[in-house]
Amino acid sequence: MAGNSADKIQGGLLGWVDARFPLSQLWNDHLARYYTPRNFNFWYYFGSLALLVLVIQIVTGIFLTMFYKPDAELAFASVEYIMRDVEWGWLIRYMHSTGASFFFIVVYLHMFRALLYGSYKKPRELIWIFGVLIYVVLMAEAFMGYLLPWGQMSFWGAQVIVNLFATIPYIGPDLVTWIRGDFLISDATLNRFFALHVIALPLVLLLLVVSHIIALHEVGSNNPDGVEIKQNKDANGVPLDGIPFHPYYTVKDLVGVGVFFIAFFAVVFFAPEMGGYFLEHANFESADALATPEHIAPVWYFTSFYTVLRAVPDPFIGVLAMGAAVVILFFVPWLDRNPVKSVRYRSMAHRVNLIVFAITFIVLGYLGVQPVSSLYGELGLRFSTMYFLFFWLLWFHSRERSVVFSLLSFAVLVGLYSFYDMLRIESTDPALVMSLWLLPTLYLLATMVVPALVHDLRRDRPVPERVTA
Amino acid sequence: MANEGVDRRRRRFLVAATSVVGGAGVVAVATPFLASWKPSARAQAAGAPVEINVSQIEPGQRISVAWRGRPVWVVRRTPEMLELLPQIRDRLRDPDSEIATQQPTYAQNEHRSIRPDILVLIGICTHLGCSPAFRPEIGAPEVGSDWPGGWLCACHGSRFDMAGRVYRNVPAALNLQVPPYSFVSDDLIIVGEDADGGTA
Repeated sequence: MAGNSADKIQGGLLGWVDARFPLSQLWNDHLARYYTPRNFNFWYYFGSLALLVLVIQIVTGIFLTMFYKPDAELAFASVEYIMRDVEWGWLIRYMHSTGASFFFIVVYLHMFRALLYGSYKKPRELIWIFGVLIYVVLMAEAFMGYLLPWGQMSFWGAQVIVNLFATIPYIGPDLVTWIRGDFLISDATLNRFFALHVIALPLVLLLLVVSHIIALHEVGSNNPDGVEIKQNKDANGVPLDGIPFHPYYTVKDLVGVGVFFIAFFAVVFFAPEMGGYFLEHANFESADALATPEHIAPVWYFTSFYTVLRAVPDPFIGVLAMGAAVVILFFVPWLDRNPVKSVRYRSMAHRVNLIVFAITFIVLGYLGVQPVSSLYGELGLRFSTMYFLFFWLLWFHSRERSVVFSLLSFAVLVGLYSFYDMLRIESTDPALVMSLWLLPTLYLLATMVVPALVHDLRRDRPVPERVTA
Repeated sequence: MANEGVDRRRRRFLVAATSVVGGAGVVAVATPFLASWKPSARAQAAGAPVEINVSQIEPGQRISVAWRGRPVWVVRRTPEMLELLPQIRDRLRDPDSEIATQQPTYAQNEHRSIRPDILVLIGICTHLGCSPAFRPEIGAPEVGSDWPGGWLCACHGSRFDMAGRVYRNVPAALNLQVPPYSFVSDDLIIVGEDADGGTA
């Protein structure tokens, strides 16, 4: 690094340590001389907030393990014990349960930021991949944690999710018995989920978070303009549009932390169950293998993918579709090949695509907590289709497509799902099928056909040399 | 460097041999850890067969018994219930119980049971493992006037008839499972054990 020779001559305790461990170098590389674009906006709070929630989860989690008993006979009562008898136990547990939901809120916003400003594009593909891996491990971590209170929803939710593996041909049933360690969700399952939740997955998570940050600091942060600040440096090799992360962004992020804590503790203190979305009502009853709750819904952060699962009639294909909905995220850097990173300079068609995707994800999430009905089932299928169409459109808008190609692909895509509709129209309500058919069709019209006819809507704009504002 | 005079073939052989032996070691070490996740001896013992006395079940009544921690239902069906079974064939996905994994061969018949009146089922929805609700009354209001009686799964809306056969166009694709069972006497069945003594 540029300043190393200056650091080395320092004496005193720091000098002694630096001669044996690169303390000053780490400090400089990652904070004091890590140059960050000066134009970060609101969206850039969520990375550091995710780190904050991770710390909250680890600290509260350590304290919860001091009172919790991972035993099917004792687990439910030990959580009640924490809530009623342990001093401040309610606060520690509510921070942990609220932290789980806030983790996903923050991570979803952090991921959407990457989509907005193209932060997954070259040279940041690995940052994105580490990020999606973190997201996948986080889902596993949250799922296993949800079994531990051993309430009715813990039990039946785990039953439903573990049984997803039973749909795999041939090995499915044996695989499920192996995961559970018994012929049903039982003490054996609770024990191993506890081990994975408190040791194995947190270790993997920490390792991935470190990799995510190392990869980020290697290539440098993207920014709302999508301009590479390393391409404009001063005589000392410092980016002209860069400011040191510390103190500038540490101070900025502290403001974010303050606002975050207001929202976080408002929920912890006043609405820890969040109307049954953060802690489901059925989970205040102890697990009972012989009685299913009336309505089983996963916790809100899984429900978008749950809707995709339910939209497909065949169980195994449903599981594959749900898996694909997650796995496709890994391929985003290679789907969106448009050289323009930021949405600020992308075409109107791409902007519409991003907005519709955000709405689609929220609607899918809403449908996933609702009981099945023919209207919601049909909506689930249409919005699942739109979820996958988004990724196709991401590739489609990699460059300006010709009018012929646009219209042709529109016809093929609409033809494909219309063909599927023809196959099933007999067994469903035709009016419903046909009216909701408009949803993906209007989506494709707005993002492909209209931009094909109006050139301004599909044209990307020139990216400035330097960051703005 | 020390690459002069290196016998590359020998080096390649040594690298390959070390990798193979090391790989075998990894597999050997992984085996006990992976196998530890299988049901323990205690869990397997707890999965032993259970006896059920069926003499006390009224016609049209269902009782629920735990076997391997799962609900097992025993229903004594009325003659009217049995009469309806052939009439709804075209609304069912697998009316003849052709999928062999869902019942022992001795229950692969119209009524899916050894004795026509006594039905034994595992009370777990074949979609995602919820426990469906018993709705024996004909034309039950929440399922529709053409409902001939059966089970309705509250989780994802799967429907099953009075022999545990699944309807078409519901999320579940398979009939409810019939566990292995046998009659010890007229009144006593044993769930988890075939007539020839085999266990599941």
